[in-house]
Amino acid sequence: MSVIYILIGISLLAALGFLAAFLWSIKTGQYEDDYTPGVRILFDDINNEKKSKNK
Amino acid sequence: MSNPNPHTKATCYHCGGPCDTGVIHAHDKTFCCEGCKMVFELLDENEMCAYYDLEENPGIRINSDLGEKYKFLDNEEVAESLLDFHEEDVAKVTFYVPKIHCSSCIWLLEHLNRLDSSVIRSQVNFLKKEVYVTFNAEEGSLRSLVELLATIGYEPAINLGSDKKKKKTIGKPFYYKLGVAGFAFGNIMLLSFPEYLSINDIVDDQYQKLFGYLNLALALPVFLYSASDYYKSAYKALKGKFVNIDLPISIGIIALFLRSTTEIVTGTGVGFMDSFAMFVFLLLVGKWYQEYTYQALSFERDYKSYFPIAVSKIVDGAKEIIPLKNVVVGDILEIKNKELIPADSVLTSDEARIDYSFVTGESQPVHKHKGDKLFAGGRQMGASIEVETIKPVSQSYLTNLWNQEAFQKAETPINSIVNRMSRYFTIGVLILATITFVIWLFLDSSSAVQVFTSVLIVACPCALALTVPFTFGNAMRILGKNGLFLKNTDAIEKMAYSDTLIFDKTGTITLSKNATVVYDGEALNDEVKRWVYSLTNQSNHPVSKAIANSLQSDPVPIQYFEEYEGKGIEAKIDGHHLLLGKSSWVQQSDPIKALSTESYLAVDGKVLGKFTLQKEFRPGLNSLLTRLKEKFEMFLLSGDNEAEMERVQPYFEDRKHMQFNQSPEDKLEFVSALQKHGHKAVMVGDGLNDAGALKKADVGIAVAEDVYQFSPACDGILDASSFSYLDTYLDFSKKALRIVKISFGISIAYNTIGMFFAVQGLLTPILAAILMPLSSITVVAFTTIATRWAGRLIGSDQ
Repeated sequence: MSVIYILIGISLLAALGFLAAFLWSIKTGQYEDDYTPGVRILFDDINNEKKSKNK
Repeated sequence: MSNPNPHTKATCYHCGGPCDTGVIHAHDKTFCCEGCKMVFELLDENEMCAYYDLEENPGIRINSDLGEKYKFLDNEEVAESLLDFHEEDVAKVTFYVPKIHCSSCIWLLEHLNRLDSSVIRSQVNFLKKEVYVTFNAEEGSLRSLVELLATIGYEPAINLGSDKKKKKTIGKPFYYKLGVAGFAFGNIMLLSFPEYLSINDIVDDQYQKLFGYLNLALALPVFLYSASDYYKSAYKALKGKFVNIDLPISIGIIALFLRSTTEIVTGTGVGFMDSFAMFVFLLLVGKWYQEYTYQALSFERDYKSYFPIAVSKIVDGAKEIIPLKNVVVGDILEIKNKELIPADSVLTSDEARIDYSFVTGESQPVHKHKGDKLFAGGRQMGASIEVETIKPVSQSYLTNLWNQEAFQKAETPINSIVNRMSRYFTIGVLILATITFVIWLFLDSSSAVQVFTSVLIVACPCALALTVPFTFGNAMRILGKNGLFLKNTDAIEKMAYSDTLIFDKTGTITLSKNATVVYDGEALNDEVKRWVYSLTNQSNHPVSKAIANSLQSDPVPIQYFEEYEGKGIEAKIDGHHLLLGKSSWVQQSDPIKALSTESYLAVDGKVLGKFTLQKEFRPGLNSLLTRLKEKFEMFLLSGDNEAEMERVQPYFEDRKHMQFNQSPEDKLEFVSALQKHGHKAVMVGDGLNDAGALKKADVGIAVAEDVYQFSPACDGILDASSFSYLDTYLDFSKKALRIVKISFGISIAYNTIGMFFAVQGLLTPILAAILMPLSSITVVAFTTIATRWAGRLIGSDQ
């Protein structure tokens, strides 16, 4: 039964990982605009040369 | 004359608007004006026509020539105050662009670098209607950037308020707390499973202890961090000798945690950590639901949001741009066409036409002559004028309003229904817990503390605390969908208590722009109509224009035409002599006191009749006022004269209920006088002239044609197209309050059941784990369904 220590440890670590991911996503402002990115991704890239030059 | 053929309705390729002033053909496409064509050409040149592929006619009509409008951005001090970040050659700036409306807008604004190579990066937040631009400050300037945006139709709103960063109602720390609580809640529940299934016998004691300590470790951050706002709020209330809902919540949370910790550490039990974490998590979810905001709307605007950020000052004949805050008494300022006068001043130019619609709601410009006093907030219409300031910006007529009491009042805790309930609730619970404690001391002193804490735990008003956020939160969303955007959920409750409605006239119950012309007198034959049309067509006076528009006839040649300032117009057509103007002027002697909105017509010395300019009422106004009349005491406050009193008379009891010629201060005074008499007033207004009254009233609702564009400080913004449903919304708020009351009943019923077990010392963790979420879920489900159902009734009315 002592395997349960390891299992619980792993499950808690995984959960902590998700918590960290959530906190990070808040911190980087990913919830501040939930509309524009969805539209943005549908835009076709135009004339990549010029764009990358300006980046 | 190059009038287009009226039978083919051409629409503009750029903006989609009708080409009513002439079609411009270019590039196989039609445009309504040079501005639209220019933008198309600019985009075409840069191979950016994808703009037109994403949405049809996405463009915005360009209506004004920029000229030197943005010259003030060249001023270092002004520019710096607007930039978010500036170091060496990299600068970042946030623009608020109210005109963002479709995916094409996003596309174009995010590809600004193709139009202007100084732009490094631009990003749009569609919901906030903001554009974040990073640009090279060496290659380009803030001015060139703003001018580029304005040229392509996305003119950013820049005003005195722009340099202040908006504070958010709900910040990132709140989400951290919510995240931590949710994390702990899930894991503690998982570790509590042996308890739920009563498999303690199979699981080793050793494991039980481990799970207990793990629960404690998980619950600790919830107790210390996630729930911290509740302790702070409860402490603050106690210090102010006031009881709010957070006090019983804090007592419950602390009792739960301490009791559980003791049980775990002493090994006497497993505690209620699952209930504890869930409880905090649900409370935070409720709070989050309540704090919903309409991000793109601003409810806190004061005069600063309307005033320019810089003005041109004249020093020794030369123009100099200075930030508005540096203006002092005695400065000579140049006010260009359509610019706002920032401080009370005296006109030093010969003539000016000032549009005070901002201050008084009256849209007809007023003529001013050299030496006249001009009030801040007026807008010059026409050629540039020079004025000398006589008062500092902050103490001018309009801005003085913001120094009034109504704007200074400290945020006192609102005596909301929850807070009133929780006062009785807390006292009741504490008494009950003490009685139980004393009784148990005699029955079985060893478990007295345990029972005492059980009572406190079970009494924790979780369901009670969730009622208001979910009911009013839902109600706020439903109202938002229907065009009434509220600042916060408190506004709904205040709306529900209201018994008095105060309306502003111009711009609120009447349309701000359109006026209809009513002719009264001897019938005009077609010939006379043609004459009057030709006559009025010659004049640029707004009244003449309105009359010409209403007649829509064919022009005939005029032999003689003369305009008399402030009196009227005279002409000779086909040998007939026509006069149109003020009664006193047209009729020579004027025994009746005619109103300024009336223009008399005389042909060959004989008075035929008069044209009256009437502000058009908002559609549906009559039935709305009739419906409201039954439930509310109604008042009308107008900055205007009494010209249109008769038309509104039927809806407002008597003269006392209709006040005219009201200054912004008068309106504010009027509202506070009503409140002193115990009225709960809803003020419905539109302009800055109502700002004081809107703020002072229990609920201030601003009516706006474009909710993104214009609204003074208020509790709610009502889309003008939804104006006629105002009564339904007020009704709905009352229904929402009833739902809250019913749901309080449900919550108290659950608490009583829990209490029944708790006082007997029978509250087990498993019972708590069932009862507490059950009550919360019932309440949330009930309020959500009931509010939605009440909200559907709104929808069916439309």
